[in-house]
Amino acid sequence: MSGMLDEYARVVGHDVIRELRQLAKALQGLTVVNVNSTREGGGVAEILNRLVPLQRELGLNSLWETIAGDAPFFASTKTFHNALQGVETMVPKSMLDAFEQTTQTNAERLHDLLKDADVVFIHDPQPVGLIARVPERRGKWIWRCHIDVSHPYRPVWKYLRQYAQQYDASVWHLAAFAQPMGHPQYLIPPSIDPLAEKNVTLDPVEVDRTVEEHHLDRGRPIVVQVSRFDRFKDPLGVISAYRMAKKYVPLQLVLAGGGASDDPEGAKVLEDVNTAANGDPDIHVLLLPPDAHRTINALQRIADIVLQKSTREGFGLTVSEAMWKEKPVIGGNVGGIRLQVVDYQTGFLVSTPEGAANRIRYLIRHREKIGEMGAKAHRLVLENFLLTRQLRDYLTLMVAIRSGSKERIEF
Amino acid sequence: MTTDETAGADNILVIKNCALITLATGRRAMNLRELGLELAEVAANSIYYHFWGGLLRPSFADPEYQNDFAGWALNSLHDTRLAERLAIVDPTTYHDLEDLRRDLIDIVEDRIEESEMVPWARREQQFTFVESQIVVFDTEIRVHDPAALVDLLPSLSAGAIFYHFIDARRRNPESIDDFRRWLLGFGDRYAKLIQRIAGLDPHFGSLTELREELSRIFRSYFEWERQ
Repeated sequence: MSGMLDEYARVVGHDVIRELRQLAKALQGLTVVNVNSTREGGGVAEILNRLVPLQRELGLNSLWETIAGDAPFFASTKTFHNALQGVETMVPKSMLDAFEQTTQTNAERLHDLLKDADVVFIHDPQPVGLIARVPERRGKWIWRCHIDVSHPYRPVWKYLRQYAQQYDASVWHLAAFAQPMGHPQYLIPPSIDPLAEKNVTLDPVEVDRTVEEHHLDRGRPIVVQVSRFDRFKDPLGVISAYRMAKKYVPLQLVLAGGGASDDPEGAKVLEDVNTAANGDPDIHVLLLPPDAHRTINALQRIADIVLQKSTREGFGLTVSEAMWKEKPVIGGNVGGIRLQVVDYQTGFLVSTPEGAANRIRYLIRHREKIGEMGAKAHRLVLENFLLTRQLRDYLTLMVAIRSGSKERIEF
Repeated sequence: MTTDETAGADNILVIKNCALITLATGRRAMNLRELGLELAEVAANSIYYHFWGGLLRPSFADPEYQNDFAGWALNSLHDTRLAERLAIVDPTTYHDLEDLRRDLIDIVEDRIEESEMVPWARREQQFTFVESQIVVFDTEIRVHDPAALVDLLPSLSAGAIFYHFIDARRRNPESIDDFRRWLLGFGDRYAKLIQRIAGLDPHFGSLTELREELSRIFRSYFEWERQ
């Protein structure tokens, strides 16, 4: 064993890595090409940054390419992204033209590599159209959708579906997101990287420094929610829950997030949050830069309880991040949160600010439960939501799809 | 895999591992009537998955409602009576999944018949049918002597336990696990051990717990044999 796999073995155990090696035996030397739209920023790039070298270490010739595009192209794909998540939006012909033109340019550049690859993973809508420009494909093509497409704006979905349907298979986070396609639709939940800055173990000195920097008082319970300032994350509901709970237990609230500065809707939500906080010195609203991974890490470790009170959620990996740090999570009873928060075991599922307030009070009063639930939460993430599980799922998928649609594959 | 490969020509236990990958079927049910209709049409593989797939998924709660149909009846339809009737269904007693399908439909139809209104779930809590593909791979571990399992079992992965203890019941003509099938190859020598393994109920626990129980059975048996 060598390199990165060694590092992961120290976290997940050597038996998990041994299994990956056994599974990868069926895929030795295969050329696997991943295509997405960016090398930096965003969850997909973060995952590929690790997955690709790990696959190479396992003996696959795994490659990662990005598509190049201009501002009109990315404006069109941003519009698609919002529409897939249900936002009703007009897509002018000029936008479709920009999308088609950039797809064609990238297809010409990547044509030979994609044509000869054994397996091609196309991530998200930006490069979805490449398949139509590589008609003489040798390998299997898989469309990996990382977005919640459970209730898409239909006209935009119909346009993108003409491409998505041409793939040999697609991959979705949850069954609820999958759309009828006429090809196998695999279900692979996302994962967190235990070795990423956001999740590595921190020196207590660094954690203490974060406490001081943000004027937190470790003598009183701290509740933290980490997420973008977005209405679907219900930050106002979180403040309301904090106020209700604080009548009974001493409490501080940290609402930490980033990305609001370039998002008009986010800026408005942040303004509303500050208004609702109304100068309460125990409410800490932190607008963090995109690279504040270690600060987020420290805040999750400082927390007694972590909240993710979303009213709508794709998957909500901040839940697994907190659980990895042995924190119970009080989460909205929606989307992927339900897969991570096992009610009464790793935290609580709630539907209202009142529900969240009750659970905060309960956990603060029964502090032994915080430790019990936190330990279970950590174990659940260790077994189900780490990068190595996702890597294993991808290897399994590649073996399965290369063997046809058989129910049982042996090698 | 043929059964001869598990308990090979020289009665060698070939330890294999497996990975399950799930697929959406596109079939959903929002109320009990829809569940009955979908049960009649969904692939048998999906019914199998909803009984056993839970062992390979994140879970801590409701050990008494291990299959997904019972869990849905309890948590989404809030119908305890139906949940109890579905929970008692033991898939290990069915040699043919079509018989299991028929019994499930009967339970659902009986419940609709005796209800004043068809139990229904909220839209975000509808039952989503999924199915799975299983990829089986060789661990290159070979066991010649049953006593060697005392040390080996605790280190086997959850996937290997699933393959040899759960999946085996579907593969083997006798509907038994691979361990018992292999031990039967030694004649009556391990009859008591076989009997103890047969008493292990795979329903009320995780694969980790199953592995611990199996390990305990092998350890105590060989300690007893030594004495």
